[in-house]
Amino acid sequence: MFLSRNARNNTGLVSAVKSIVMAFAMIGFASSAFAAEPQPWQLGLQPASGTVATAATDLHNLLLVIITLISLFVLALLVYTCLRFREDKNPNPSKTTHNTVIEILWTVIPVVILVVIAVPSFKLLYYMDRTDETDMVVKVVGAQWYWTYEYPSEEIAFDSYMVAEEDLVEGQKRLLDVDNPLVVPEGTRIKLLVEANDVMHSFFVPSLAVQIYTVAGRTNEAWIDVPMGEKTYYGQCNQICGINHSYMPIVIKAVSAEDYQEWLKTAREEFAMNDRPADAVQTIKLAEAQ
Amino acid sequence: MTASATDHHDHHGAPTGFVRRWLYSTNHKDIGTMYLIFAIIAAFIGGGISVYMRMELMEPGVQYMADGHVWNVFTTAHGLIMVFFVVMPGLIGGFGNWFVPIMIGAPDMAFPRMNNISFWLLPPAFLLLLLSAVSDGGAGVGWTIYPPLSGKEGTPGMSMDMAIFSLHIAGVSSILGAANFITTILNMRTPGMTLHKMPLFAWAMLVTAFLLLLAVPVLAGAITMLLTDRNFDTAFFVAAEGGDPILFLHLFWFFGHPEVYIMILPAFGIVSHIISTFSRKPVFGYLGMAYAMVAIGFVGFIVWAHHMYTVGMDVDTRAYFTAATMVIAVPTGVKIFSWIATMWGGSIRFEVPMYWAIGFIFLFTVGGVTGVVLSNAGLDQVLHNTYYVIAHFHYVLSLGAVFGLFAGFYYWFAKMTGFEYNKTLALLHFWVTFVGVNLTFFPMHFLGLAGMPRRYIDYPDAFAGWNMVASYGSYIGAAGAVLFLVVILEAFIVRRRAAANPWGEGATTLEWTVASPPPYHTFDELPKVKN
Repeated sequence: MFLSRNARNNTGLVSAVKSIVMAFAMIGFASSAFAAEPQPWQLGLQPASGTVATAATDLHNLLLVIITLISLFVLALLVYTCLRFREDKNPNPSKTTHNTVIEILWTVIPVVILVVIAVPSFKLLYYMDRTDETDMVVKVVGAQWYWTYEYPSEEIAFDSYMVAEEDLVEGQKRLLDVDNPLVVPEGTRIKLLVEANDVMHSFFVPSLAVQIYTVAGRTNEAWIDVPMGEKTYYGQCNQICGINHSYMPIVIKAVSAEDYQEWLKTAREEFAMNDRPADAVQTIKLAEAQ
Repeated sequence: MTASATDHHDHHGAPTGFVRRWLYSTNHKDIGTMYLIFAIIAAFIGGGISVYMRMELMEPGVQYMADGHVWNVFTTAHGLIMVFFVVMPGLIGGFGNWFVPIMIGAPDMAFPRMNNISFWLLPPAFLLLLLSAVSDGGAGVGWTIYPPLSGKEGTPGMSMDMAIFSLHIAGVSSILGAANFITTILNMRTPGMTLHKMPLFAWAMLVTAFLLLLAVPVLAGAITMLLTDRNFDTAFFVAAEGGDPILFLHLFWFFGHPEVYIMILPAFGIVSHIISTFSRKPVFGYLGMAYAMVAIGFVGFIVWAHHMYTVGMDVDTRAYFTAATMVIAVPTGVKIFSWIATMWGGSIRFEVPMYWAIGFIFLFTVGGVTGVVLSNAGLDQVLHNTYYVIAHFHYVLSLGAVFGLFAGFYYWFAKMTGFEYNKTLALLHFWVTFVGVNLTFFPMHFLGLAGMPRRYIDYPDAFAGWNMVASYGSYIGAAGAVLFLVVILEAFIVRRRAAANPWGEGATTLEWTVASPPPYHTFDELPKVKN
């Protein structure tokens, strides 16, 4: 079976250690790969693509240092206390129960650390919330258990289903590849309008740092910054949505401007939106114009 | 249990006979014991489900379960059982009932009959939940039961209604229990025991009881609306008819966030006592410790939407919830440092409960700092609903609240049963559990950072490695659970008699002044607290 080949390679302990070493080595180089997807024995975030994900990764890198230091500090205190104040080392306990200075310190210092975190955190939050400079709009509709992508200005719309295990061809990834990916031109900022047809879903592409619930009855907005470079970004549904929750992945394929135009030509024939109600198209165009 | 039953024969008022003593019980110690036994049974069911889930996740592909729906039913059952039928009955019903009255010098709870019904509502609630999992295919909606998936179109059939009704009954049990604790603590303290002299476990239970009293009715309201949406054509959460599913999320998390503090605050109280006892030192910064819990309880009510950063909330709202959530780190930090300061300068004896308590402090810190990472609404777009979240809340609950449960169990086992456990066996239980749970949950941080979504029966092959490690960890954890039973059985078979105070001069609270196990009404006359 195609699928378990990778998995079987990873079961041995030796190969596990090897893979961890490779995963470490890859942290620096993975951004040059052609696909943004999880790696075996990966330890950190997926390599960031675009300004939003880069900013999120920067914040995480800062936080990782802070929380590691705090954890090690607490661990060191505990170990030292346990060794230094063992019953046999310190038979007579002190009766100290207060120390105003230290109590103020361990209240104020955490506050300062939190402020240090909050500044870049709010910057990231407001940056990733929305932008006026989007190049195109794509409407994303979550349904049990597939995604529908609509390009209102091109009047095309199509469904995107996971490729079933038995239909996978060489090079396709189990549970990640789809029949019709969301094709976008490289180096564009895309406004996403997301809705749901039935239950909630969540549109989640880790390497682009985008995640937004799709909810029936409301249109949520997010944007992605797709950088230059032909690359395929993988994501998955991230809100429990029934029996096939694990089986509705997301693929965003960034192609060159020329290839995008080529794709549009065939897509306009294959995925023409003419069977969709006109007023729905109108609504999206209005949103785009804003 | 029969042994302690015979011990009680000569005490005034102690009922004899199984039905009168247990079914009709109005005694806080007997009810506490029943809560603990109930929690242990539920823990083996809920924990067993989690091991089965880890077996399924050990390798890519679907191994054991029929399909994703079966998986969803198991995740739902695991979450609800652990929250409502293990941690809450164990910490609040079990240790709360057993030790709050004794610690404050009261002969029993304020409303003994209400105490009885609080407990006896739980078995039917649990039974309904278990039946829900096997009726009509089960409810595969996650413990958060979000509509529309939990609505009439998402989950038709009676399984969802049974789960809702189960939560109703468990909720009634909690609210009655909370009212009982508040009344007991506010009115039945022995002369001289002012609130500011009250042991920290009683403080923890007081705060917990207020959280329950204010939070659980909101859940009850939300699931009642869900029930009428499902059965009586209302449309509170039905978007097509003018309702809004997001309303349910707000109501659920207005309950759900205080709920996580409900689970951890009693553990805070237990750990404070253990650290103080085995360091032979009074708790450092007692008032700070007590009011840190009050602060955590208060702030716990105004941070709920940090569970909902990606539902499409306004950015300023998310900024507020980010800031408010970060604030919780401050009183929590005060508690961590105060525990270490209590140990500092002490004369530390490493008895079994102390291992659990020190383990709690460190692992809770690890779970706490990943909470600070998750509090950032911006970064949460990459981490929300991934295994990073699973790792975070299992570090604070599975390795926090559950470590608190075990710490309390080993601290008070001799007091409750009159028997000593085998220290070597108990230490083995600690180390096996410690290794098992860390091996299970630490790799989940890596999986989450890499983007693995939660509630997946099958995952892309790249996630295979750490999933395998986590699964092995859960098997070790399961071996630990079996060892726990061995410890209990051994203690009851060998029957080493325990003294009134096996811990020495560090144990200063009132339960150590009475026999092990304490007499039926605990105190012949109310203990006086010196000024």
